[in-house]
Amino acid sequence: MVDFTLWDILRNLLLAARWTLVLSMIAFVGGGVGGILLLVLRLSRVPAAAAIVRGVVQVFQGTPLLMQLFLAYFGIALLGVDVSPWVAATAALTLYSSAFLAEIWRGCVEGVPRGQWEAADALALSFPQKLRDVILPQALRTAVPPTVGFLVQVVKGTALASIIGFVEVTKAGQVIVNATFRPFTVYGFVALTYFALCFPITWASRRLERRLNGSR
Amino acid sequence: MTVDLDFLAVLAQWPQLARGAALTVGLTVASTLGGLAIGVGGAWARHDAPAWLRWPVVAYVEAMRNTPFIVQLFFLFFGLPSLGIRLSPVAASILAMTVNLGAYATEIFRGALLATPRGQVEAAASLALSRAQIFFHVVLPPALKQAWPATTSQIVIVMLGSAVCGQISAAELSYYANLIQSRNFRAFEATIVATVIYLALAVALRQALMVAGTRWLFGHSGVASGRAAAPASGSGPHP
Repeated sequence: MVDFTLWDILRNLLLAARWTLVLSMIAFVGGGVGGILLLVLRLSRVPAAAAIVRGVVQVFQGTPLLMQLFLAYFGIALLGVDVSPWVAATAALTLYSSAFLAEIWRGCVEGVPRGQWEAADALALSFPQKLRDVILPQALRTAVPPTVGFLVQVVKGTALASIIGFVEVTKAGQVIVNATFRPFTVYGFVALTYFALCFPITWASRRLERRLNGSR
Repeated sequence: MTVDLDFLAVLAQWPQLARGAALTVGLTVASTLGGLAIGVGGAWARHDAPAWLRWPVVAYVEAMRNTPFIVQLFFLFFGLPSLGIRLSPVAASILAMTVNLGAYATEIFRGALLATPRGQVEAAASLALSRAQIFFHVVLPPALKQAWPATTSQIVIVMLGSAVCGQISAAELSYYANLIQSRNFRAFEATIVATVIYLALAVALRQALMVAGTRWLFGHSGVASGRAAAPASGSGPHP
């Protein structure tokens, strides 16, 4: 049997943390793009589009992320495609992030005073112009802190990808536990790894929020 | 190509799904009671307690909020036995959900407590109420009322998070969905059915909590709305 020193455990977890980071980044960036698309649909004056987006957001917010991962995993397999955990995890986490970011940003857009919309209407701006030149720049200011805060949710959400076989920190922890029989130490280190990833983001989000409130 | 779906093969197992959903609700109820109690205690500690008590609470809240629930669950279920504390899957699930919700509730309640007008505390102090009386009778009730929508959302999130508890073989809804698909190989259908049940539970839980909040917890007899309701009772000077 191989002996694992504490350093071996930590080193392997840190190596696996790369994949937690990569998966988080893909999901967050993909979710940003998807979130913008959903947001624009939601704000458009087409009632059906807005209703569909509202439904999509409610489904993603009202069901477990774990089930969404399983649906991506089994759903893609159903189409006869060979699914890798990578494909299923990135697909599910990207959709999940899209729905949540769309909802966060909608709140920020609604925080922009109605008069701004009316003023833009009075200038006969088109819908894309209104969004691009008037509304979104103002919404962006308030959107940064909660968006950064949501990144923490994404990083923590990637832990569930371990269940469909994606090897990131949590899965690596399980593998190491099976080799070392030291669950207390290993899961302790796993938790510390997540804390080291998430706490700086939480801290930054809180700081950004305080600065935003201070400038009012 | 054709995709062949058979939902009836899954729905035929409805007694198992019902049993699983019942445990999901049970886990949620138990952890809500415990989590809200921790939240009140934690918020009090952050608000009123001496520093030596405040810092452990801050550390607890940050530790919970910056690590995934599944890791907390695994740590409690697989890790604690090496300290001689052996928990059943259901006990570990309830404990993990409780301490997780407790941390978020602490943060939500603390934010609401900050909104209490100073004048109310001073008025209560001038009535010679003790610090504990001021906290529990003057400051806390309106803060809880204000925090209730955010608390409701957090309870729903914890309920949805409990899907992970099946991984340590707590026999909740996702556990049975897995069991069913391992027997009839209808993996997609079983997951869809479980997902729909979770969605229904989430909607129902949110409604129930909002109704409970407005009607029973912070309704007529509550401190906050008691004031507003008083003039309506009779011969006040109001028109």
